[in-house]
Amino acid sequence: MEMPTPDAGMIARRGEVAAALRTIVSPDAVIDSEPARRAYESDGLTAYRQPPLVAVLPSTVAEVAAIMRYCRKEAIKIVPRGAGTSLSGGALPLADGVLLGMAKFTKIVEIDYANRCAVVQPGVTNLAISNAVEHAGFYYAPDPSSQIACTIGGNVAENSGGVHCLKYGLTTNNLLGVEFVTIDGEVIRIGGKHLDAEGYDLLGILTGSEGLLGVVTEVTVRILKKPPTARAVLVGFARTEDAGNCVAAIIGAGIIPGGMEMMDRPAIHASEAYAQAGYPLDVEVLLIVELDGPVAEVDHLLAIVEKLAKENRAVSLKISRSEAERLAFWAGRKAAFPAVGRISPDYYCMDGTIPRGRLGEVLREISRLSHVHGLRVANVFHAGDGNLHPLILYDANTRGEIERAETFGADILKLCVEVGGVLTGEHGVGVEKRDLMGTMFDETDLAQQERLKCAFDPDGLLNPGKVFPELHRCAELGRLHVHHGALPHPDLPRF
Amino acid sequence: MTRYVPTSIDELREAVAAALAAEEPVELVAGGTKRGLGRPLQTPHVVDLTRLSGIRDYAPNELVLTAGAATPLGAIERALAAARQMLAFEPPDWRALLGQAHGSQTLGGLIACNLSGPRRIKAGAARDHFLGFSAVSGRAEVFKAGGKVVKNVTGYDLPKLMAGSYGTLAALAEVTVKVLPRPETTATVLVSGVAPDAAVQLMAAALGSPHEVSGAAYLPPAASSPSTAPLPAATGVVALRVEGPEPSVAYRRAALLGELAAGGETAALGDADTAALWRDIANVAPLAGLAGRAVWRVSVAPSRGAEVAQMVARQVDSVWFLDWGGGLLWLAVIEPGDAGASVIRAAIGGPSGNGGHATLVRGSPALRAAVPVFEPQSGPLAALSRRVKEGFDPRHILNPGRMVDGV
Repeated sequence: MEMPTPDAGMIARRGEVAAALRTIVSPDAVIDSEPARRAYESDGLTAYRQPPLVAVLPSTVAEVAAIMRYCRKEAIKIVPRGAGTSLSGGALPLADGVLLGMAKFTKIVEIDYANRCAVVQPGVTNLAISNAVEHAGFYYAPDPSSQIACTIGGNVAENSGGVHCLKYGLTTNNLLGVEFVTIDGEVIRIGGKHLDAEGYDLLGILTGSEGLLGVVTEVTVRILKKPPTARAVLVGFARTEDAGNCVAAIIGAGIIPGGMEMMDRPAIHASEAYAQAGYPLDVEVLLIVELDGPVAEVDHLLAIVEKLAKENRAVSLKISRSEAERLAFWAGRKAAFPAVGRISPDYYCMDGTIPRGRLGEVLREISRLSHVHGLRVANVFHAGDGNLHPLILYDANTRGEIERAETFGADILKLCVEVGGVLTGEHGVGVEKRDLMGTMFDETDLAQQERLKCAFDPDGLLNPGKVFPELHRCAELGRLHVHHGALPHPDLPRF
Repeated sequence: MTRYVPTSIDELREAVAAALAAEEPVELVAGGTKRGLGRPLQTPHVVDLTRLSGIRDYAPNELVLTAGAATPLGAIERALAAARQMLAFEPPDWRALLGQAHGSQTLGGLIACNLSGPRRIKAGAARDHFLGFSAVSGRAEVFKAGGKVVKNVTGYDLPKLMAGSYGTLAALAEVTVKVLPRPETTATVLVSGVAPDAAVQLMAAALGSPHEVSGAAYLPPAASSPSTAPLPAATGVVALRVEGPEPSVAYRRAALLGELAAGGETAALGDADTAALWRDIANVAPLAGLAGRAVWRVSVAPSRGAEVAQMVARQVDSVWFLDWGGGLLWLAVIEPGDAGASVIRAAIGGPSGNGGHATLVRGSPALRAAVPVFEPQSGPLAALSRRVKEGFDPRHILNPGRMVDGV
């Protein structure tokens, strides 16, 4: 993985850039010393590290705007950062770029129960939103597993999901408005407390744009009333196919569970050893199905799920009898990543989405690739929406293993695309999957996406080196090849 | 004038290329049911997308459907019904409202206008169910974006941008949408004898309850009569819909009836009447028959719906009702002058547009040419939108001026 060659001239200007930023923000909000910059050298994708030219931590929207204007004028690259939990390297710094940290924007601006929304600053953590409205029985639905730490600004940038997104949607489906600052330092508001922002859906475009289009300074999210009850059922299967068929049967019966998660044998064993969730260890696949809603609905649907599980040859089945037991069922799944971290020095988490019907075939191929690359793999799977998280186990201290893990990961993602899926379901492209974009999109597709970038950031200063495998100049992308004169295709049907 | 009728995405590209070479804009048309929506177009050519039709792939268990953009909605809905599924954004049918008796609306047309019905508050709009597409840009290039699975964050979410762009960025050729199970049963709880401000509070209480209300509308006396569902006459009515498995609907219907009893006289509607009532609300039936009136669709914070409606009604002759728990205000206003444009937009709250937005859904061509059909945007946002357009359609070949003059 290569990043754009750093500009030695810019690196030489570190002192000058830091001094200029200190005229915009309070002096201690500019971090330019060698050890302090190291604190920002990576995000959740720790395989890649690079301290920034300078890190700056503004406290106000006016400061963000002034930083953007200064960087635009001086042609300095900017990498925005929330809590730095990206699993795709979205916040990986640049040696010749300013890291713009939004950690000081931690205010909950307004909670409006009448309109069922909350207005928050981007540095507020995902879980803090739910905590702030919990006393009134509300919550914010998207719940990425990093929700204790990850910020809503980062969630907007990555369009984060979570285990409940099949029923309740991704970040993009739960936003009403944002305020953001453009690279020109202009402050633009889109949407508000009403639905469907007017004009082009720029809110939809900013969401999931991975920090390439602007810096979000305020977010209005929808909040929902908590369902009266939730119960989970733990189903074990001896064969992957049976589990896949059971998931299809549940969806086919018209049930959209609040959560539907699958784990394979290595993931079950690692999680059980770590969290003692009471998982059966003699099954190949474990399915967790959570149903939420009124008690009458949950009981009714549980009976159907139980029947479908049996019809699809479940070998074990356990329904949660208390809230504590439900949480225990989830404790294992939610601890799957750290649990795998305990059985291996390092792991590399992939994030492809596949058509669910191809699950058996994809898992068989992943198992074959595991032998080819000589690395173990554990699979956790958002079964409802087809989002697969293979965890590749490796040891960074063993020469060549990290490269093998990367190649293995790339093979898995290519496989996801081959069977009709996509490279990333919720973690983003970042630097991690950047060079694989060509497996899903051709040059014309990518050029059109880059033209959208040009509309926001004509000099390519925002988070360069992420998402797109090649950097093109906007002037070059804008060129039109028009053949004047006769119509080029006289054979076309015309009436 | 040339009428291009491409039968494949390559022929569509050739048609756009011809228009681009001649620098002569085209209007994109399929069913033609929404031709009266947006600013009137006068283009030298038409690209008729009708033949880019047909369901290409539908796997009910994967919850996705891929079809030619001009596939008639009826064909989609029949296929979905056979698998007990639906388009959860509840596509409205505005043919009667817009006076377009003929033609059938298409999936691509619904998406291009980002339409949605009462279930918008719970399930989202067309944009939220639009997963991927292939299209031809105004640069006469074939491109694709998104995917054919329900969960995807690979690259910019261009489907969101296409939804609601009214064909001004690209001509959609093939679209993939998320589909969902159809609810087993439905019911509506009615509370009658309710004044506008109280109605908004009642709807907020219902939507703030855990009863998963999937439709919340208020019909003042003047707007309730044209509904085909049996409603109490000449009294303001709040209607709340619940959907789901039978035991769940029974429980939630009873719970709402109990919790809202203090708000007015309560009653409940069963499955068939519920379907009729919400179809009428989606299709703007209460206002469609008011001849000679312009119709506005106003999106505001739900708590402000009644306030904005009454503010407008004090200044111009208008008939109105609320959907989306108060967040969607439908207004029929007598047309002479600006048909209430300045009064409505001032009531929404200033030029920033952040209080909400008003769209002139029905109006004579002259009115739609004279009054901004969509909420006017402020300086930097307008400039940004213009640059977005240029990135897809630099020579303004596709539906130019449909949304904004010069874009």
